[in-house]
Amino acid sequence: MRNAVLMEAGTENIDFMIHGLYSYEIFGQTVWITTSHVCILIVMLVLMIFAVAANRRMKRATEVPGGFQNILELIVEKLDSMVMGTMGKIAGPKFVNYISTIFIFILVSNISGLFGLRPPTADYGTTLALGLITFFLIHIAQFKNLPLKQIWKDMCSPLPPWLPLWLPINLISEIAVPISLSLRMFANVLSGTVMMALVYGLLSKVAIIWPAALHAYFDLFSGAIQTYVFCMLTMTYIGQNYEME
Amino acid sequence: MNITGEDLILACSAIGAGLAVIAGIGPGIGQGIAAGHAAAAVGRNPGAKGDIMSTMLLGQAVAETTGLYGLLIAMLLLFVKPLI
Repeated sequence: MRNAVLMEAGTENIDFMIHGLYSYEIFGQTVWITTSHVCILIVMLVLMIFAVAANRRMKRATEVPGGFQNILELIVEKLDSMVMGTMGKIAGPKFVNYISTIFIFILVSNISGLFGLRPPTADYGTTLALGLITFFLIHIAQFKNLPLKQIWKDMCSPLPPWLPLWLPINLISEIAVPISLSLRMFANVLSGTVMMALVYGLLSKVAIIWPAALHAYFDLFSGAIQTYVFCMLTMTYIGQNYEME
Repeated sequence: MNITGEDLILACSAIGAGLAVIAGIGPGIGQGIAAGHAAAAVGRNPGAKGDIMSTMLLGQAVAETTGLYGLLIAMLLLFVKPLI
């Protein structure tokens, strides 16, 4: 009766929820190891193996790149030019490592749905963590680079600094940044996951070959776009606090 | 047929989920406008196609957020069932 809202037939095949695998007690709280953790570990393992292989290859790099070295140089050059083009010459070199790291991590997480995993970014815990890192980076950069007077003036921005009537509204808009960043990516990836689960669960008899087109859209295209958007917005928000040269 | 309070809440949740996804109208119109202007811009200046494409995709993905909030509410109502 509980599931009567869904359709009557085939509901037992639909499965896109996060499952707990193992629970333990810490400080009186029950904490679960879920499928998201396992998927994140798999993604991390893949990235680590890739990094070790890349490191070994680049130790004996050749003047004229071939094969694997070509791919590595292409990745690094593209990410470098993306970060430098958005953040400028001053802030760019400071943040290129971090932005490249989260770019590769989010991209591999988003397209891991292709390989049968439940994408780790379809768990709000993962995306909220990424959004909070961005939030703290923005404000650390702000307090490091701008004088306190300027920050106070920005916070009261449409009104003069001695009349902080606008302060609460600006504070809310600052807090909305990590929430909207994380919810955007979470909802996008989750909607793709739910769609694919519905297709495979309800149309399991006729779901042959043609879901590949849906996979190409929901996993590859949507995942890549969301990765790009997340990194682009992170770079713009952080770059606001540095002067562009 | 007896309708319990729980059934009533489930039925109303389904209606609410349907209403929440109406939020998709706004981003649809907005993305269409963005794509139309991008097409006009490419027509005027075909050399800048790459820049126009990336700017358009970024803006569309940001505009999509409000529609996704509606989708999220619908998902919560249907699968998490917070009202029961």
